[in-house]
This record gives sequence, C-alpha cells and structure tokens, in this order.
Amino acid sequence: MTRPSLAWKLYIAAFYIFLFAPLLVVAIFAFNASPFPSPPWKGLTLEWFIGSGETFGKPGVLVDPIWLDSIANSFKVAAPVALLAVAVGTVNAWVLERAEFSGKALLSMMMLWPLVIPGVVLGISILAFFSRVANGLEEWLQTDLDFLRPGLPLVILGQLSFILTISTLIIAARLRKFDRSLEEAAFDLGASRARVLRTITLPFLSPALIGAGLVALLMSFENFNTTLMLVGSEPPLPITMYGQMREGATPAINAVSLLLMLGVGGIASIFALTAKPER
Amino acid sequence: MSTRPGLRLTLFLLLAPAVLWLGLLIVLPHVEILILSFSERVAPRIYVFGFGNYLEFFTEPLYWRTFARTAIMSILVTALTLVLAFPIALYIARVAQGRLKAMLLLLCLLPFWVSELVRTLGWMMLLRETGVVSHGLQAIGLTGERIEFLYNDGAVILGLVYGGLLFMIVPLANALESLEPAVVEAGFDLGGSRWIVLRRIVVPHAMPGIVAGSIIVFMLTVGNFATPVLLGGKNGLWFTEQIYAQFITRFNWPQGAAFGMLLLLLSSAIVWAGLRLTGQSLGTTLKQA
Repeated sequence: MTRPSLAWKLYIAAFYIFLFAPLLVVAIFAFNASPFPSPPWKGLTLEWFIGSGETFGKPGVLVDPIWLDSIANSFKVAAPVALLAVAVGTVNAWVLERAEFSGKALLSMMMLWPLVIPGVVLGISILAFFSRVANGLEEWLQTDLDFLRPGLPLVILGQLSFILTISTLIIAARLRKFDRSLEEAAFDLGASRARVLRTITLPFLSPALIGAGLVALLMSFENFNTTLMLVGSEPPLPITMYGQMREGATPAINAVSLLLMLGVGGIASIFALTAKPER
Repeated sequence: MSTRPGLRLTLFLLLAPAVLWLGLLIVLPHVEILILSFSERVAPRIYVFGFGNYLEFFTEPLYWRTFARTAIMSILVTALTLVLAFPIALYIARVAQGRLKAMLLLLCLLPFWVSELVRTLGWMMLLRETGVVSHGLQAIGLTGERIEFLYNDGAVILGLVYGGLLFMIVPLANALESLEPAVVEAGFDLGGSRWIVLRRIVVPHAMPGIVAGSIIVFMLTVGNFATPVLLGGKNGLWFTEQIYAQFITRFNWPQGAAFGMLLLLLSSAIVWAGLRLTGQSLGTTLKQA
C-alpha cells in the first residue's frame, strides 16, 4: 500500500490537471484580445482590465461602472458581515464554552442547524418573514421601511444567518484550548475583569478572531444562493457575474474572475501566515 | 454557578445575540414559510388555510419530476464524487509524506477558495461549442466540426462533482489518517488481496469520513443553483430553480414556500437516513468536515 502503482500516480496527476484546468482557462483568456471569452487566441492585451472600450466596444473591469459598483456592493455587505460575525461569534463561543445553564445542549445543536439548511431556503424564508414584518410595521407606523425589503441590509442578514455558525465554531474551538489558570493568576494579581479580558483572553483568541473574520469576509464575498433571493437593485459581484454569464459575456468577466482569484489568494496567504504561530 | 441577580443578567446579555440570531433569522422565518406553504389564494390579497400548494406539486408533472430528478442526480453525483475522491484521499493520507502531502492538500483547497461562479465560468469556457475542448479537438484533427459539450446532463454532473470533491477529500483523508499501517500489513500477511484489504479494512475504517463527506456533498448538490442552471441551460431543471421561479419570477410565494419546505424535507431526510444507516451523529459528522 505504501508503494503506489503507476496507474495510481497517473490518476493523481490527471486529477490535479482536472482540478486546475477551469481556473487556468479563466485566467489565460482574461488577456485575450478578442470580444468573446473563447478561443482562438488573438494576442495579448490588458484591454479587459483597463481598456476604455474603444477597441472592443465594452470597457475593461477597472473602468466599467457595472463591475466597479458590484465590487463596491460586495464590500458594503462583506465588511459588516465580517465584523458582526466576529463580535457575535465571540459572545456565542463564550456562551458555549464558559456559561452553564439549562438548555445549553439544545442551543448548541440549534447553532449547527443553519449548515444543513439549503442556502436558497434560508434566502426565501428570510425574505418572506421580513416582508411580513415590514407589512405589519408599515401599517402600524404609517411609514416605509425599505431596509426590510430586498436589498443590501437583507443580504447582510441572510448571509449572517449561516456565517455566524462558522465564526462561532472557529472561535469556540480556540477558546476551548485556553488555559484558565492564566486568567485566575491575573485575577489573583489584582486585575479587573475588563483588564483580564483585554490583556489575557482576547490576545489569546486573536488568531481565531482574525481567522473567523477572514473566512466570513470570503464566504460573504462569494455567497450566491442566499444572496440571489434577497438582492434588490444593488447587485453584489456574484449576482452581476451570474447575469453576465447567462447573457454571454465579454472577457471582462475573466478579468474580474482573475482579480477575485488574486484577492482570494491574498486572503488565503494572510490566513496561512496568521495560522502558523499557534502550532 | 450561583444564581445571584448580577450573574443572571450577565448570562441573559450573553445569550441575547444567539437568541436573536436563531430566533429572527432561522426559527421564525421557517415558521413563516411553513405557514405560507399552507395558504391558498382565494381572492386578491385574501388567503385561507389549505393543502393546495402541495397538491399542485403532486399533480403537475414538471414539478415532481424536477424534484425526483434533483434527488436522483444528487445521489449519483455524491456516489461519483466518493469514488473519484477515494484514491486521492488515500494517497494524501497514506502514501504522500511531509512537504508533498501538505502541498497536495493545499492544492486541493485552492480551487475551492475561489467563487463557485468562477469555477463554473471555467467549465463553460472549456465545454461550450466554441470552447477550448471543442477547439482543441478540431486542432488535432479528431473532428471536423464544433462539438457542444455544454447544456446536457453530463455537463451538470461534471460541474457538480467538481464542486463537491474537496468536501469529500478532506473528511476522507482525515479518517484515513488514523489507520494503523500494521493493520493493513496484517491483512496482507493473512493472505488478503489488495481488493480484500481495501474492502474489509480500509473502507470500514474510513466510514466516518465517507458518511461525513457524502452528507456534505449531497446537501451542497441538492441546494446548488448556479451550476445546474449555467451548465445545464434549459435542460438543467434543478429544483432550486423552481423555487426561484415561484418566488422571484411568478411572485407566487405560497407555492415557492411549499417547494422550499419540500427541498428542506428532502435534504434533511437524506442526511437523517445517512446518519441512521451508519450510526453517526450530526455533531461528530460536522466535526469530521
């Protein structure tokens, strides 16, 4: 079993080619000087990144307002999602690891639920529920409550519904490894609760907090299923990409994909660098 | 812990975010679509209780056929993913050593950090009539005309298997990691062939990983939207698309809610059956992944 046969090795090689073929194709054709994202190869160009649209009729990603607005919308969603995921995740982790109360087992089981609910169902259920709340409140208050209608605030809530599970799990796993005698020592030395939290507990948790924040950022940026159901007139990046892919896109979509891959690669390397010292 | 009022207040405050999250974003919304799925429109803006939306599902062939198709194809995709991923996971866990092992695992992870839509775009560019594969086949003279590989069941299955691989490889490799080499050697020493050792020793040992990976891949596949719609085109016919159509295109929310409940039921039923058949619990299964 430890000496792999040639067939097995060939299979492994073929598998990795299969894994990377679609990504390579996307990246390479971002530089193709053609109005269509397909062969033949017509020469190297940066037009699909920075072109003004004079050559091919459509501008490059970094000057096209459609793409720039979508990227901005994605950040408008991802930033609050990541911040809230870390803040609420920390409190949840504390509840799971430190607090004792009846019903804790039920609560910790319920926190896993969002992971087994299909994203589309999460989306429609939140859409339907908040519409009912909006209808009721608007009648009562006699005013429009647009943030409860499809749009970026609802997308943020929809994404949080399952990203909170992930951030809670990541932070709770780290908190479980914490040696509580460190806190006790600090208390014995006369430190206040706030000070212990600030100088002992939070620094210990910080790799998990950063990790959970980055994972939340990434999941928010790439979420499609839940977002699709809750999106209003300001589409985040995946929704715009989906629309363009259905209509038949220009290589600008390859360019935006390549930028996304580079961004993800950047986040992944920060992740790898911050994760190392804890081992 | 004592029950002093201060501590009770602290506990209450710490619990508040979790209760708000699970209550407002999970429990109440699901109660809402459950109620919605049992309401029928009798006149504009007037709804009554009834099973009409579910009856509609069983009487309209397009709906239940799409549902059955989604379920069957998802099971097929899960099985295919398992078979394709097993040799890879075994290699990573048992054969590769040191840096090669870390690198192989990292290379598996990388494509899955990238958005699902980017990966699907890659497959569209490879498979479409004017795409890379068709072009390549013409260039080497295997075919004289363009071939359309996109917009059929094969393309949908390929895309879904590709999307599920990582979620199968990681739990499998984790489970295989703890397999004692001595046990495998004993199997060979006792005269077992490669096949018997694989079937009687390696696969049973990997069972927790197999269950965890299969459940995750099945859930992701059943709930997928972009891959079947983009790679399958009009022939994609995925159930999530029906939910989207009822909610967003036709604005028939009660019907869409009923479909949502059915999808949730299908997903939960298969997960539950998988766990029951193999005697695993959800918590430990999710931890495997």
